[in-house]
Amino acid sequence: MASNLPHKAEQARRRFLRALIGGGALLAAGGAGWLPLAYGGKTHLRPPGALEEDDFLASCIKCGQCVQVCPVSALKLGDLGDGYGVGAPYIDARAQACDFSCDAVQCILACPTGALTYTKPEHMDTRGAMRLAAAPILLAKEKDPEPTLNLKERIGVARLARPDLCLARQGKGWKGAARAAGYDGYLRFMDVDRWRPIPLNDHPFDVPVCDLCVRTCPIKGAISLEPLANGFKTPVVHEPCVGCGVCEMACPTEPAAIVIDPRRGWEA
Amino acid sequence: MSLRESARLLLGGEVRKPAAEDYTPGARQVHELKRMDGVNRKALAEEMHKQHRHTHTWRNRRWAVLIAVNLLFVLSFWLDIQILEGALTASRFLGFHLIDLNSALQVMLAHKHILVNLVIGTATVFVLWVLLGGRTYCSWVCPYHLLAEWAESLHLYLVDKKKVSDRAFHRGLRVVLWLLFAALAFATGYTVFETLSLTGIVSRALIYGPGLALLWVLFWLLIEVFYSRRAWCRYFCPIGLTYGVVGLPSPVQVGYRLEHCFHEGDCRKVCLVPHVLECVIKGRATAETMDIGADCTRCGLCVDVCPSGALHFEVKGLSKWL
Repeated sequence: MASNLPHKAEQARRRFLRALIGGGALLAAGGAGWLPLAYGGKTHLRPPGALEEDDFLASCIKCGQCVQVCPVSALKLGDLGDGYGVGAPYIDARAQACDFSCDAVQCILACPTGALTYTKPEHMDTRGAMRLAAAPILLAKEKDPEPTLNLKERIGVARLARPDLCLARQGKGWKGAARAAGYDGYLRFMDVDRWRPIPLNDHPFDVPVCDLCVRTCPIKGAISLEPLANGFKTPVVHEPCVGCGVCEMACPTEPAAIVIDPRRGWEA
Repeated sequence: MSLRESARLLLGGEVRKPAAEDYTPGARQVHELKRMDGVNRKALAEEMHKQHRHTHTWRNRRWAVLIAVNLLFVLSFWLDIQILEGALTASRFLGFHLIDLNSALQVMLAHKHILVNLVIGTATVFVLWVLLGGRTYCSWVCPYHLLAEWAESLHLYLVDKKKVSDRAFHRGLRVVLWLLFAALAFATGYTVFETLSLTGIVSRALIYGPGLALLWVLFWLLIEVFYSRRAWCRYFCPIGLTYGVVGLPSPVQVGYRLEHCFHEGDCRKVCLVPHVLECVIKGRATAETMDIGADCTRCGLCVDVCPSGALHFEVKGLSKWL
């Protein structure tokens, strides 16, 4: 080859062909980012104040400023398998739920593009079932002059997905740490420290009937234990549920009996 | 270089030889003198080379700045010192919004709804890079650039050993990709390019920890080592084009002095974008002093390597005072 270098026009032709193939390959790689969305495999729980999924992915600039302000590090950023959600924040509630220990939904405040927002622009998609009937009352702030969270929509809703696992429904109590050894999630306990969340497992429980989902829930009136016909009790989720995931995080059964359905609205 | 020529090269135009009437009388005279004085100039050039110690002054300064900026992002989060929060796509410097121009464009096109914060951050960054030289962002800030420079030295070593060869792409590719990704963002409502952006992926990996997306970065580094020198930055990355256009009117330039030049071409060998240095080829410079065009990343490798001081940094309007 060296003795017979390609002609100038031949070089130009090759440059052009490489550009055509290389450019096509990059576009194809870009298109591949759509696959995880198309197959709907992942329905991540987005941070509070997130726009509807399509709007959220369009507006999120993937900077992670929301991640930086979260006091319990509840927000994680999407990776390669999330397609167009690469670098977009989500919450894995079982690992670390949003417990609102920032009091003011700081992630919304940090967002530079309005992907997380206190007030949605009027023209933007809203499913009625996502709207909260009233501003949620944060139990931690219940005695403050302004006890509510500035949140107009829920991010999902809790559901007793595995009733057969639920300890309350079997009349069982719970003693000890909520989660297995090695679990490192944080939660704020008002009776321990108003301002600082502590490791969930540093706060052992001792309850005759398990009500961990109810007693850890940060939102007033979102969940309660109600009697069953057989004399046992069951957790019941109410309309104020914002979908923060603390119940899923605190549930001591493995897997959790109660989970958050991300992006699902309230159905009475 | 005229603004029009600078833009033409930035947009992938082929380099062309200047026509006879393009030369200033001064430039014509210098070219003529050099032709007549061939022997003496050769001796002088050898003398210059003996005296010139090839330092890495500008490269080291640049690496220091690049590492410092990215470290500031990392430490702002890790140590919670909160000076520069966010990642390169968008951040707050002491609370003030900064938004990457290409990311801002993608989000605006995809989302079609623009917030005040986004405008403030984008405008600030726009003015900043008009002043600092547009693609200066590439070589002085982008963390992928540093990784690519290391991959490049490996590539050049292998080329030297005749193990690999460099394959060029048509430079117009970047313009086509820029347009297509803008159209895709607008049409699909997804910021498609952000998924592929090596700048964003590396920046987030540094700050928030590594992920599988780094495999995409590794893939490109391998391409650049074994297939095509600096392929991503040269032919693909639309961010470079965005900043290149922004830098068109910039006062920060690498300047060229025809009189000092021995036309040996060391500068073109180290350059990321050698088409901007065509004016250093013997007989090509149309004026006695010229600016290197907007596609130049102001990385300073040519300034470091030039034995005769023909290439230098300058700030137009300020150089007289400095």
